[in-house]
Amino acid sequence: MRNGNLAAARSLMALSLGVHIVLSCLGVALPALIYVVHRRGLRGDAAGLTLARRWSKVAAVLFAVGAVSGTVLSFEMGLLWPGLMGRFGAVIGLPFAFEGIFFFLEAIFLGIYLYGWRGLPARWHLATLVPVALSGVGGTLCILAVNAWMNHPSGFDIAHYATTGQVRGVNPWAAMFNPALPTQFVHMLFAAYLVTAGLVASVYAVGWLRGRRDPIHRLAIGVAVAVLAVAAPLQLVTGDLATRYVERAQPAKFASLELVPETRTHAPFTIGGVLVDGRVRAAIEIPDLLSLMLHARSGAAVRGLDQVPADERPPVNVVRVAFQLMVAAGTFLVALAAWTGWSWWRRRRLPVSRWYLRAVVLTGPAALLALEAGWTTTEVGRQPWIARGVLRVADAVTPRGGVAWSLAALAAVYAGLTVSSIVVVRGMSRRWAAGGDVEAPYEPVATEPEAQEARR
Amino acid sequence: MTLADLVAAIVFAGVAVYALFGGADYGAGLWDLLAGRGHDAAERRHQIDRSLGPVWEANHVWLIFVLVFLWTGFPAAFAQLVTTLYVPLALAAVGIVYRGAAFAFRKVSPTFRLARWYGALFAASSVVTPFFLGTVAGGVASGRVPVSGAGDPLSSWLNPTSLLGGLLAVGTCAWSAAVLLAADAARAGHAATATWFARRALAAGAAVGPVALAGVLVLRRDAPTLAHRLEGRGAPLVLCSAAAAALALWLLARGRMREARLPALAAVVAVVAGWGVAQYPWLLVDHLEVAQAAAPRATLVGLLVAFGGAAVLVVPSLVMLLRLSSRGTLTDGTRSDSSEALASRLGTRWTSPDDQPR
Repeated sequence: MRNGNLAAARSLMALSLGVHIVLSCLGVALPALIYVVHRRGLRGDAAGLTLARRWSKVAAVLFAVGAVSGTVLSFEMGLLWPGLMGRFGAVIGLPFAFEGIFFFLEAIFLGIYLYGWRGLPARWHLATLVPVALSGVGGTLCILAVNAWMNHPSGFDIAHYATTGQVRGVNPWAAMFNPALPTQFVHMLFAAYLVTAGLVASVYAVGWLRGRRDPIHRLAIGVAVAVLAVAAPLQLVTGDLATRYVERAQPAKFASLELVPETRTHAPFTIGGVLVDGRVRAAIEIPDLLSLMLHARSGAAVRGLDQVPADERPPVNVVRVAFQLMVAAGTFLVALAAWTGWSWWRRRRLPVSRWYLRAVVLTGPAALLALEAGWTTTEVGRQPWIARGVLRVADAVTPRGGVAWSLAALAAVYAGLTVSSIVVVRGMSRRWAAGGDVEAPYEPVATEPEAQEARR
Repeated sequence: MTLADLVAAIVFAGVAVYALFGGADYGAGLWDLLAGRGHDAAERRHQIDRSLGPVWEANHVWLIFVLVFLWTGFPAAFAQLVTTLYVPLALAAVGIVYRGAAFAFRKVSPTFRLARWYGALFAASSVVTPFFLGTVAGGVASGRVPVSGAGDPLSSWLNPTSLLGGLLAVGTCAWSAAVLLAADAARAGHAATATWFARRALAAGAAVGPVALAGVLVLRRDAPTLAHRLEGRGAPLVLCSAAAAALALWLLARGRMREARLPALAAVVAVVAGWGVAQYPWLLVDHLEVAQAAAPRATLVGLLVAFGGAAVLVVPSLVMLLRLSSRGTLTDGTRSDSSEALASRLGTRWTSPDDQPR
């Protein structure tokens, strides 16, 4: 019963987060992109205003879905993991309270922006996007503070808890600003911008390749690719910092993602491969490189999985494969950034070949893959802990049955939600491509003259 | 007043504001369901869209606010609450998803057929969600959430007090929604729509009153701890609520929709405040007091800091949003220096009747 519950609860949480993480990335980064095009519009670029208008309509739908899928998550924190929230709510609840402030500000100013096209002076209308974009950054910090705490519990007397099971010496600020936060936060923030820019670039590159070569598509691709070209190389740096932090603080996760079964000197850097019966198979090994990268010394020792008791190891191959997928997708984005940057440096313009645009089409899927795979890496890499070294997932899960039913129900709801989002957004896109705008039908409209008559 | 009392008061204030503004958004869904067919119904639904569109997400955040303050400030109580009342909470969560998503989808649906489906989904989930949240309140208020956290998963919310809580929740939502929608429609100059909503407000007021009176009898039998205090120190607030509601009804009957808003909303706040006062010092009635359930001092101080931040940053912004929205600046405004005016000067034309007054 309890084991079945655990599997169902974990799947439910994975599904909810896997959906919500995409929407929250768009929620964090899309306002900044809208700001850029809207600002161009106010300087006389009609395409910029049209794009801002269209993206704000898409944002209205996606933010609504993101708001409710985020609410589901806050219910699930309690419904599925009362063992975590009951014991540690006082330790790690505070960032959620601050996130509430950012969520408020985001919702308030987004409401003003979305409906302020006619009634606000253009300059103030544009300015409402600033608190929206900043709240996205703040909200990311708060939510990542909680996730980072699960990777690196702090802000209470851990030794006392280990012996007595009692939480004391609570310092919620130390819990919030835990050692795992800086690298995780920056990595996630850049991921949000990469995913958003990637999706925008994909959509408009498809349009361009289908022959819609107008200023609107040119501007959208230009803005999105510019963000990608800056963020992708920086993400390489933040990813490297994150890996180095994980190597120091989370040995089981590190050994899994870099595939280091045994502690050794002259550790090789492995590309590809999985662990079979405790041995690395099907991998390309570059001798000494991992030791060199981590400690700048080929003879340096690198800690392996053998440092961690067998019942405290994550499912190694899941972590490994997810990590490799993330790195592969990220490498593709960096290569595209290099291509873009080269062309800009030499010719002061974007590459125009069809092959370049085909590559741009792939940036959205690549960024999504990197996002989900990277998230899988950090979450699965923490197993079997919900709070690493402190509380196991199995001890935090709800004792109540019926989680499997909720899983089935939520899977159905989210499937419907995903299909609806795609249908509705594609519907908008089609009407825009046909030259119209999006209006809400409240009643069957027979003919356009009649409808106009009714409106008067 | 201790630190824990202060945080508990903040949580209750959050519940009251959510009941008020979030509640009005749910109630609008109920009226959407009952708006009828044809052109007049389209006008009513259009009014609902324009009144809710800019504000519903901000109003929804009050629920998140209550949840996070509860689990941070009173983690043990929160864990017990959710492990007992998980059924109505899960159903409410599903309702919240459908309400918000379907509302957003309807506005941009490619066809009327699809819009009608999303509208029905939005409306139906707007009714069931406050009902389930009301049953949760009833379960807490009638002492059915034990400290072990293993309360009965069914009778904890399928009981007389929970049923009363659910009905009152739906009723007050319908009431405040109709009042606010009538005022918005009157301000925008849609007299027929305003009258329709004002009549609905009168009907909702006439329906909720007797239910509340009958509720006193239910509470005496089923939730004696609460009933005792409600008739004692909670009585002034309950009477205030009744008086404010009567004033609002009188104003509505005389067609003064905009003046009716304040007393109508005061009636809702007073009744939630009455519940809070009657519950004190219990957090989970008969089982767990505020002081016993409270988080360590450092965490409570942190929550007060967060609340201070919200008071400084969120409250002025929220007031601005609600004023812009209720004055019609957001939905009906037309300025020559707006983004849209600039766009048409640049030669970009987008027709968007959904944002225009009709």
